Amino acid sequence: MHDMSHTVHHHAPPTSFIRKHIFSLDHKVIGKQYYGLALVAVLVGMVLSWIMRIHLGWTNYAIPGLHLLSSNGAPGNVMTPEYYLQLMTMHATIMVFFVLTTAPFAAFGNYFLPIQVGAEDMPFPHFNMMSFWVTFVAFLVLVASFFVGDGPTLGGWTQYAPLSAVGAVGGPGEGMGVVLWAASIAIFCVGQLLGSLNFITTTLDMRTRGMSLWRLPLSAWAWFITSCMGLTAFAVLMPACILLILDHVAGTSFFVPSNLVINDQLQPHSGGSTLLWQHLFWFFGHPEVYIAIVPGMGIVSHVLITNMRKPMLSHRVMVYSMGALAVLSYMVYGHHMFVSGMNPVSSLAFSFPTLIITIPSTIIVLIWLGSLYGAKLRINTASLFALGFVSMFISGGVSGFFLAQPSIDIMLHATYFVVGHFHMVMGVAAMFGIFAGTYFWFPKIFGRMMNETLGKVHFWLSFVGTYCIFMPFHYLGMAGNVRRYQAFVIEYMQPLIPVHRFITVAALVTGAAQFIFLYNLIHSRFWGKPATDNPWQATSLEWSTPTTPPPHNNFGDKLPVVYHDPYQYGVESSTGDYLMQASPEQVKTAYDEA
Amino acid sequence: MATTIHEPPKIEKQGSAPHPVGGNGGGRNLVPAGADLARVKDYAPPPASTGIWVVLASISMTFAAFTSALIVRQGSAPDWRHLALPQILYFNTLVLIASSVTLEMARRQVGAYMAGPRDQTAAPARWLYITLLLGLFFVSGQYVAWLQLRAQGLYLATNPNSSFFYVLTAMHGLHLLGGLGGLVRVIRRLDRSILRKSTLDATSRYWHFMDVLWVYLLLLLWMKL
Ligand code: HEM
Ligand SMILES: [Cu+2]
Repeated sequence: MHDMSHTVHHHAPPTSFIRKHIFSLDHKVIGKQYYGLALVAVLVGMVLSWIMRIHLGWTNYAIPGLHLLSSNGAPGNVMTPEYYLQLMTMHATIMVFFVLTTAPFAAFGNYFLPIQVGAEDMPFPHFNMMSFWVTFVAFLVLVASFFVGDGPTLGGWTQYAPLSAVGAVGGPGEGMGVVLWAASIAIFCVGQLLGSLNFITTTLDMRTRGMSLWRLPLSAWAWFITSCMGLTAFAVLMPACILLILDHVAGTSFFVPSNLVINDQLQPHSGGSTLLWQHLFWFFGHPEVYIAIVPGMGIVSHVLITNMRKPMLSHRVMVYSMGALAVLSYMVYGHHMFVSGMNPVSSLAFSFPTLIITIPSTIIVLIWLGSLYGAKLRINTASLFALGFVSMFISGGVSGFFLAQPSIDIMLHATYFVVGHFHMVMGVAAMFGIFAGTYFWFPKIFGRMMNETLGKVHFWLSFVGTYCIFMPFHYLGMAGNVRRYQAFVIEYMQPLIPVHRFITVAALVTGAAQFIFLYNLIHSRFWGKPATDNPWQATSLEWSTPTTPPPHNNFGDKLPVVYHDPYQYGVESSTGDYLMQASPEQVKTAYDEA
Repeated sequence: MATTIHEPPKIEKQGSAPHPVGGNGGGRNLVPAGADLARVKDYAPPPASTGIWVVLASISMTFAAFTSALIVRQGSAPDWRHLALPQILYFNTLVLIASSVTLEMARRQVGAYMAGPRDQTAAPARWLYITLLLGLFFVSGQYVAWLQLRAQGLYLATNPNSSFFYVLTAMHGLHLLGGLGGLVRVIRRLDRSILRKSTLDATSRYWHFMDVLWVYLLLLLWMKL
């Protein structure tokens, strides 16, 4: 028999503080750094959303201290319409890029992908370290735009041209603000490309003996599929941002058409294509929404299986469906452009794959529901958040069916209906995935348990709260409430203001509930109940590490050998009703009997 | 200076797995107790061999995006002006192709060197230095092409054609500089006797790809500008 403890590369445990905690090469430290960045980002993003919500509910209310945030955006502490848009743009950019992409994908993926495949580390640790620090710089560049000139850009996370490309004449933040935004996103792309490179090679080349592709847990599959999407999507967004920056600083005309008059000024540009930006952006943008959600799907499946004590109805169909989402996500992007003035034939052509992409989504949901049916689910905070994810994904996905049809979308486009759709299916669902992962893996990362009672309170407040916030959005949208307006002064919208006030209150309460989580996180980190190596009686390799938290090289001097499929639950073994992947024990299984 | 080149141990490829290919996520023992684990999974290739294809895929996407931007922009307005490409570009192209040839020579020599007796003293880095030099020559040549365009009054923002010319050549040049960095790294590792064959192979794939990419860009510019 061959030597089982093969090692692909070595790096000795670091000794200096800087190498250990700051410029660390250890994928686990990098994963925690990403998580910390996401935590800071989500707090900033949430505070921004509170300010916006207060303004939407009580438009003339002076928010104490608001003028401190901007020299000209909030005279008398009441925000200007432009400033509202600036806050909204920053909220969206921070959330989509620095929370929903970093936490479920880069943070958890970095920490657990190498361990789940049975590797010591990622194959290119220096790139991995750069990936985090580049992303960190991107965040700083974005936040810096609060403090330059007339503040951050107001163009929304989609930054539609030509307004995003004409410069300061387009309004506050459209000069330096856009340049910083585009620079930040281009830098972010570099960071995620480096990360994706590591994820893909880790999955393909670093698997330990016995770990065939089909034995990867669903979470590892999800990270792998996501990194394939990231590799292609970010590689397209980056050139788009470069061209956008050039339109600003070099006077080129990629996105600004001829004879454009803005604020009574004829623009010097000529011949650019505004639709070009939309094509490039959405070719990235639609895959991006799946980059945000697929890791959550993997995490939630992993958590549910452990707590159901049985595998999913079909492991393979689950993997194939996630793969199908990834492939299809490149063919549907035009559904964001139905009313852009694009050729109607293209609209039709994009509508078909958009309806088809609901099939893998539906299959995934049906597998979850079918597997849950009749299962004796262990109820804990992690499994509750996993259920919450499923619930949100369904509620938010259903509205996608409507939006997918151009004839209906013409009415619903750019209304709160769309805002409700994506906040539920992407925003909240992905957040619940992050929470499920946190409650589930915290014991492995820090060696201590999180407080379950606080966790359950956190879950119920978040679950009810987010439904209260985002369900009414659909109603608002159908009533014709346009998105991205800072006040609802038009007559037909005025009766909707009480709904907005209700939403604002719900948002403040739900937001406040998140501090329970923050408290739980910090308190448990230092004073939580000590955790055992495998508190959930789970099977995958992260629970086979010799110590908790895992040592620097994850498995000590011998890499594990994998003997089983990832989810051997409901068997009779010497350990109980489960058999770990790394356990050489043989058991009689349902499959053998069949 | 004795040079040894370290490769991870090679395990000969096994036939297809003897067990039924499983994968319903649970409910099977895929490796019977005491079975030969080597049959379950072969050693993976060194990560650099996979990684380089991943990198090239991503770079291809970036340039595909630029290409489609160029095509859309050309169709969007009548301000597309013909631009005569500086003649030096064709000379640069020859230089770059030559550098690919010299890199292959280097790879052969290093390969022979690795296979040969350990006490031979010939320096296999010579062709690598020549490649490096040709690479630098190419980059300088591209810079001269820019100067020639400027002399004609064609700047980055003059018209869409010149914009794309500068952007595409600059992006390619940046990627090529990365390749030069890779070559320097290979030479240093060879000197210190810690070069892996897979590193050399990955670097040369990258370099050849930059070569092919340049020929593609030249064709694109020649047809479209
Ligand atoms: C069931 C499958 C889905 C369908 C058919 C669908 C369809 C659509 C359509 C047609 C739009 C454009 C609406 C408009 O702007 O007028 C849209 C917007 C959006 N969708 Fe979905 N969607 C689906 C699932 C998802 C998922 C899973 C996510 C995220 C994880 C997502 C995130 C978004 C976002 C972020 C937007 C709005 C982007 C913006 O304008 O700012 N969707 N969706
Ligand atoms: Cu979409």
